[in-house]
Amino acid sequence: MSKTVLAVDDSRSIRDMVAFTLEPLGYRVIQAEDGQDALAKFRGSAVSLVLTDLNMPVMNGLELIRQLRVEPGGAGVPIVMLTTETKPEIREEGKVAGATGWISKPFDADMLVAVTRKLVG
Amino acid sequence: MDTPNPAIAAFMDEARELLDGLEGQLLGLEQDRHPEAVDAIFRTLHTIKGSGAMFGFASLSRFTHHFEEAFSQVRDGKLPVSQGLLDLAFAARDQMLGLLHAAEPDAPLAGGSTELLAQLAALCAEGGAAPAAGRPGPTRHYRISLRPGREAFRHGMRPDLLIAELGTLGALRQRVDSSGVPPLDRLVPEECHLVWQLDLTTAQSRQSVDAVFLFQSPGEAVIEEIVPPQDEPPPTARARPDMRQDSVRVPANKLDGFMDQLGELVIAQARLQKTAGQHVDAELETVVEEMDRLVTGLRDATLSIRMLPLETVFGKFRRVVRDLSAELGKQVDLVTEGGETEIDKTVIDRLSEPLVHMIRNSIDHGIEPAGKRRALGKPERGTILLEARQEGGEIVITLADDGGGLDLAAIRAKAVDRGLIAADATPSDMELQQFIFAPGFSTAAQLTSVSGRGVGMDAVRTVIEGLRGRVEAVSYPGLGTEVTLCLPVALAIIDGLLVRLGETTFVIPLSAIDECIEFDPPPAQAGSGLALLQIRDQLVPFVDLDHVFGRPTGGVTRRRVVSVRAEQYRLGLIVDDILGRNQIVIKPFSIYHRDIEGFSGATILGDGSVALILDVVSIMRRAQAMQREMRPAA
Repeated sequence: MSKTVLAVDDSRSIRDMVAFTLEPLGYRVIQAEDGQDALAKFRGSAVSLVLTDLNMPVMNGLELIRQLRVEPGGAGVPIVMLTTETKPEIREEGKVAGATGWISKPFDADMLVAVTRKLVG
Repeated sequence: MDTPNPAIAAFMDEARELLDGLEGQLLGLEQDRHPEAVDAIFRTLHTIKGSGAMFGFASLSRFTHHFEEAFSQVRDGKLPVSQGLLDLAFAARDQMLGLLHAAEPDAPLAGGSTELLAQLAALCAEGGAAPAAGRPGPTRHYRISLRPGREAFRHGMRPDLLIAELGTLGALRQRVDSSGVPPLDRLVPEECHLVWQLDLTTAQSRQSVDAVFLFQSPGEAVIEEIVPPQDEPPPTARARPDMRQDSVRVPANKLDGFMDQLGELVIAQARLQKTAGQHVDAELETVVEEMDRLVTGLRDATLSIRMLPLETVFGKFRRVVRDLSAELGKQVDLVTEGGETEIDKTVIDRLSEPLVHMIRNSIDHGIEPAGKRRALGKPERGTILLEARQEGGEIVITLADDGGGLDLAAIRAKAVDRGLIAADATPSDMELQQFIFAPGFSTAAQLTSVSGRGVGMDAVRTVIEGLRGRVEAVSYPGLGTEVTLCLPVALAIIDGLLVRLGETTFVIPLSAIDECIEFDPPPAQAGSGLALLQIRDQLVPFVDLDHVFGRPTGGVTRRRVVSVRAEQYRLGLIVDDILGRNQIVIKPFSIYHRDIEGFSGATILGDGSVALILDVVSIMRRAQAMQREMRPAA
């Protein structure tokens, strides 16, 4: 049974890029456009990996991470931040909130695949 | 287009420099498949990709990324360094230069770029995931201590996946330390209390190992390289010293302004010296001497700022020879010597084109095809020797090939064809050779894309003479052709010797002078234009400069000889008096006076008067001409 990846970003092209990259490799990709949408979608499926942008309307990435971690079934799911920020403080903040790792934007397909494999197998 | 953003301009400068360096790195890798060369290339590509993205050069960055990836695979031993990869890399480098200057830095990749990427993808596919067989990368041993934080599981970490990932790099032994796990009644299962000890033996790079633990916080994964005692000694390190030096970019016009100011300072200092000489004041004299010392030091240091080693231009030529040899189907090696010789930057910039032109000539016309060379008993691979050395005040650059020499018959035919000589004339070989410098002269039957555009050696001569230098060609039939360029070392400020003729002061460049002695006119020859003087054990011809300049010869008895050297000849110049050494700021002649023979410029002396600077070479030629005139007709 294929693993499900949840791609969260207010940018449609980013979400599509994740789908475009991971679906050919056998992953199922569902999309959400902000934190609130992401929570809803998370509850609706068995998600193996969450990829989330940080700057989003309605609910931003950091808040999503915190909420996911206290969500039933949310602890233990790998969550990866997609961020343009290079400052280590942001990554630290993410880690404290409960993120597993990060990918800096702009990212390329190979990086995405490598991280997915590292965390999901 | 409005003024370019200075940050972007700076990036473009840096990128151009990186691409230049990349070319050299690729050439180096082609000669010598050293892992450090691969690493250096990877780092260069990585920098270009990253900086390109930062400054908005998205196409360049995207394009470069693929080659960075390829070289990452080479580094990890998954892709061999094949000729195909190198050829692609050279083409890619050129493409990157194009993308850097593209009108739309963000345009989607098209045309040449996508073509190259497709070729690269094909190459990588067949290069395969199999590690290059028989390439014994240095095996390293790492001990990794993995201590995830207590919350690790809750944060999605999968130690099993990490360890599996590590296992793909080589042979792995793992031990779990569960001593930190609390007893069952206090255990919170979602917490991580385990510690792993991992021993990895791998031929992969350290970066690959680090990458596995990309998301661990500091201290969670401690990687240590260990040296097992029975390892054989490491291969003799080919110490490649880090050639990069701390450097600063300075716009050329700022440097020019600085040089001008320095020139003024030198002149002012000379006036100070002269004025001080008119007062008898020991303390003043001391200070003025100190100033002289300081200004000389400043002068030398400043001039050296503009000097660059010729190697900067030699490096480019290796690429030219490589490409041209391939294109023309000839096998040619370029040997360079004296690349460390330094010359003014503006001279280097202008030398580039003439030298490339001459190299093209050598490869296209001079060096014979391999088959013909074999038949002639020559080594199959032709050699072009590019040599630079400093001789006195000049830099001498020689370009020699071991081809067939100039085709004198073709030159003669072309000269007749262009009406330069009569059909029945019999010019000597030397005279025929000089025709290559005639304007628009080319013996190529048709214009090839490479050379023979009729631009020719006359253009080369114009450039070189514009730099106050000279160029000469000598052909050895069947053996090769040798072209020699002579250029002045420093342009603006030199050391000169002030001499007096009558009431007029002239300057002779110190670099041309061998020595100065008293003049003892040899008996029965005084007054003739050219005669021989015994200087220690050598007979040196001498000329009376009064005679050369058509001045009335005075009756001054005490006179001096300044013995100068130009090319390989020595000549004694008779002057009335020697006034002393000075720093001379060369002021070039205006266009109206540029063709005056005998002088290479003028300068302003300490007292404000103007002194002409002797051009020793042309005086030498004049003296030789006078000597020929004086010989009885043969």
